[in-house]
Amino acid sequence: MSKKSFRQAINEALAQEMRRDPRVVIMGEDNAGGIESQGEDDAWGGPLGVTKGLMPEFGRGRVLDTPITESAFIGAAATGLRPVAELMFVDFLGVCFDQIFNQAAKFRYMFGGNAVTPVVIRTMYGAGFRAASQHSQCLYPIFTHIPGLKVAIPSSAYEAKGLLTQAIRDDDPVIFLEHKMMYDDQEEVPDEPYTIPFGEAHLTREGGDVTIVAFGRMVQFANKVADELKREKIACTVIDPRTTSPLDTDSILESVEATGRLVVVDEASPRCNMATDVSAFIAQHAFRSLKAPIQMVCPPHTPVPFSPTLEDAYIPGPERIAAAVRAVMA
Amino acid sequence: MTEDIKPLGMPKWGLAMTEGKVTGWLVAEGDAITAGQEILEIETSKIANVWESPHTGLLRRIVTAEGETVPVGALLGVVADAAVPDADLDAFVAAYRETQAAAVEAPPPEPRMIEVGGRPLRYLLAGEGTATPVLLIHGFGGDLTNWQLNQPALAEGRAVYAVDLPGHGGSAKDVAAPDVAGLAATLRGMLDALEIPRVHLAGHSLGGAIALQMALDQPARVASVSLVCSAGLGPEINMAYIEGFIAADKRKDMKTAVETLFADPSLVSRDMIDDLLKYKRLDGVLPALRAIAGAAFAGGQQSSVLAGRIGALPMPVQAIWGAADRIIPATHAAALPEEGRHVIASAGHMVHIENPAEVNRLIGTLLAAE
Repeated sequence: MSKKSFRQAINEALAQEMRRDPRVVIMGEDNAGGIESQGEDDAWGGPLGVTKGLMPEFGRGRVLDTPITESAFIGAAATGLRPVAELMFVDFLGVCFDQIFNQAAKFRYMFGGNAVTPVVIRTMYGAGFRAASQHSQCLYPIFTHIPGLKVAIPSSAYEAKGLLTQAIRDDDPVIFLEHKMMYDDQEEVPDEPYTIPFGEAHLTREGGDVTIVAFGRMVQFANKVADELKREKIACTVIDPRTTSPLDTDSILESVEATGRLVVVDEASPRCNMATDVSAFIAQHAFRSLKAPIQMVCPPHTPVPFSPTLEDAYIPGPERIAAAVRAVMA
Repeated sequence: MTEDIKPLGMPKWGLAMTEGKVTGWLVAEGDAITAGQEILEIETSKIANVWESPHTGLLRRIVTAEGETVPVGALLGVVADAAVPDADLDAFVAAYRETQAAAVEAPPPEPRMIEVGGRPLRYLLAGEGTATPVLLIHGFGGDLTNWQLNQPALAEGRAVYAVDLPGHGGSAKDVAAPDVAGLAATLRGMLDALEIPRVHLAGHSLGGAIALQMALDQPARVASVSLVCSAGLGPEINMAYIEGFIAADKRKDMKTAVETLFADPSLVSRDMIDDLLKYKRLDGVLPALRAIAGAAFAGGQQSSVLAGRIGALPMPVQAIWGAADRIIPATHAAALPEEGRHVIASAGHMVHIENPAEVNRLIGTLLAAE
């Protein structure tokens, strides 16, 4: 056990699973980096250094640099290996979406359970990086919409290692979303391999007044708000669903039945996102438990702005979450 | 002057504790208190417990109020005689605060690894000195931190080792010999590797059966045996708990299982459950737990009942039990002669967490008698 960053936790999960299972290979743009160039191999390790060190240990045969052709390398992943493909930014899913939603997601069902597609697609999401509209989106609701895909959104370094290990060992296609503002976040992470089961929410805070459901990076904001409001005698439960597909609706329902108040925090665009999905579920199944209208804390329905001031205003932050909690308490 | 004024500092309960919250004063400013009297309720992220005063005198000042969270070592209150003037107390509090602020906290002892039979074992060493060392052995599903309220207290003038059993904590998860005799042999190997010629043993639950086995295997090496809610003294074991613990992969199920360990279920904290779930998710833990349960509790009964052989042991042996133990019945203490039986009221299977002061006192009696 030692303190590790989100980046190190992901790197360690990849390295340990590659040691454990020779079928695990990784592929992506600049995963190894520096091919045909001067100097040492492993110059990059991906755009934010997540896969650094893997190429020297496992060689170019298992750490594949690919051209800028997402459609080809995502499609090539269903061949008996257990590939971990990196889609550099989730914003690029348009160029490989057919292979994901119409091929990988359908094989198990269409071949009567005789085919499996044990592919993991690691991809970066989220705003705050000054990377503009085409590199800042939170497109996980799109994957969540597709039956046959599993979708994991880790909220911390510990969560990242366990969920990624589970994703690699899972026989179904898994989309694994890494918020680019979280790579340097640190916490205690076991050195040994471990798995966190999918579809099981983590209650990061427990309190009887309000249920806050948050996803990915938003869990950190929700925790912060819960800790601050505790001083004002407002006790919040914070639910990190960990995976949006499968979604642990039981835990959300049970909590809202106890608190009677729900705030959902989602960094994805506000139409047809996880906040609307969770809100609709609770409105249908726990309407009579609600003591106040459900609050959704989401960005406005616009592209992510490039202006730093506007981008900061766009992201659902702790102040807006706290205001929403106070609103359901009023 | 200052020797007449005694500080009450926030205690350090275990490795991970850096701060504690005062949840309740059980005495008021101006009350006469005696050493050993329960004066304060303290809560950490891991555990809530009552704290006993280390000093006798008048509680002249309460410095840390209820609801406040302060670092380990911070001043909670001041004990002094009535004769000490208020100005001296004020000066003492100010000086204490200054030294506290300047003090760089010594890094807590880190667990260490040692290889036994090619497999790493993790242990934590506290204290040093010439007196015979102590080895603390936790029970099924536990780890060395189970002794966090005991290890520091026992470590006055002697080395106290707490070990993670094979398959547990930070030790290797592939267990070579999962039965009581095999686990005892592994710990013997650990004592050899650490070059410890003679040792006091204290074992909790399954760890008690292992301690007993070690004493039977090498009676000359063992100075005393303290059996805490111990296995090895009778056939009964709460198999629903063992199976529930192995099966629990969700918070709620784990909480239900772990609550049976305590007479006061409110002691089961969120962190305790989180830590157990994190442990159980590690690769190799489930097979290890199944192997140990299969060997030690085959068919729902304890496989290794050593009670009949205790009489032949040359060293002092005692049984310490929580009267409300729901895992192994306290009636198993009857395997010991009456003077060696200590059944503690209002405590369950985790008696060493629920009433550490009394358990420490009892173990301390055998350590002092060497």
